[in-house]
Amino acid sequence: MKESSATRLPRRLRYFEATARNRVAAVMDAGTFREFLPPEQSQPSPHLAVLDIPGSFDDGVIVGAATLGDRPVLVIAQEGLFMGGAVGEIHGAKIVGLLQRAVREKPAAVIFMADSGGVRLHEANAGLIAISEIMRAVLDARAAGVPVIALVGGSCGAFGGMGIVVRLCSAVVMSEEGRLALSGPEVIETVAGVEEFDSKDRALVWRITGGKHRYLTGDCDELVDDDAAAFRRSAIELLNDWKEPSSSVAGLRAEQERLTSRCQRFDGLRDGLDVWRALGVTDPQQIPLMDRDSLVALKKELPA
Amino acid sequence: MEILEFRFTSQPARQGVDAKLCGVVGSGNLEILIQPGDDARACLVAVKTSARGFGQIWEAVIAEFANRHAVGGTRIAINDMGATPAVVTLRLGQALCEYIGGVP
Repeated sequence: MKESSATRLPRRLRYFEATARNRVAAVMDAGTFREFLPPEQSQPSPHLAVLDIPGSFDDGVIVGAATLGDRPVLVIAQEGLFMGGAVGEIHGAKIVGLLQRAVREKPAAVIFMADSGGVRLHEANAGLIAISEIMRAVLDARAAGVPVIALVGGSCGAFGGMGIVVRLCSAVVMSEEGRLALSGPEVIETVAGVEEFDSKDRALVWRITGGKHRYLTGDCDELVDDDAAAFRRSAIELLNDWKEPSSSVAGLRAEQERLTSRCQRFDGLRDGLDVWRALGVTDPQQIPLMDRDSLVALKKELPA
Repeated sequence: MEILEFRFTSQPARQGVDAKLCGVVGSGNLEILIQPGDDARACLVAVKTSARGFGQIWEAVIAEFANRHAVGGTRIAINDMGATPAVVTLRLGQALCEYIGGVP
């Protein structure tokens, strides 16, 4: 039976489930991606080999150049399926090298597809140093006038050091499925007990770290559907009239003040539901059930 | 981790130009890098796998692949995180398709 085009479902690449390579191909202009250090030229992590663990040729991150909406961009895409997207020495060096290249080449932007639990603990200090070098490199790129746009919608979200890196970026685009935080839920439960945070309660985890919560609290700039095309549209729109702000002491002081007052405002609240109520949402229980467009409309109506 | 190396004779493959990578080194999955080799009548395979003691099964799975398809003149490198034989067979087929730019 021939299917009519009206009944055929639209093609959609779920960003959450896609591999890093598929995300790059779907978000960038078709066929424009050129990888630096492709798998046949790079080598797996020597640290993992010492621990008798098979590595990955690209060490879990893909870097290169492409165009996005006809603008030249540099691209970073972490592979969450390999060791939780964790940052090892080679992985980190590839990201830092790309960001340093951005300072020299001044592309229209760096698109940073984060999907990582943070430092790769197997590589200990090398991984920790790599994360701090990435932080500095992101700020250097921004200081050179190159916006760094973070896309967060993978299965590992952005946690630990990568949570900090994402918030250092110029703008953050998230899907509801994406998560963004510092210590991961399991880490908090291990350190502080299940009474503090039940990491098995997935609804709670998403109410505290998920894309909707981050959008309502202003930690991400744009909320999109779990669709590579939606991430692409959002990144292009952000860049349409982007002017990378130059940082100033006054600006940093104002941001510090905003964060301090936010801490006080939400002090003692234990759940996203309480935070949303404090933000002026009349029926917070409805938030997890809302689709993306309704939530964006709701946020516009909230008191400033 | 176990490192395995195999060499199978096979009909010459339609020549691929670039190296191709498919799959991810994730749980129950593997990545396969396929690129041109030196000997047009042989397929060289190097496997790094997290699961020890499955050398005979790897040999059987890859021998069947080299027997069924023309894969001479290729060099295949595999990083494996416990993929089952069925997954390995599917990924080998996928890698070959991408390498020669079509169905073998």
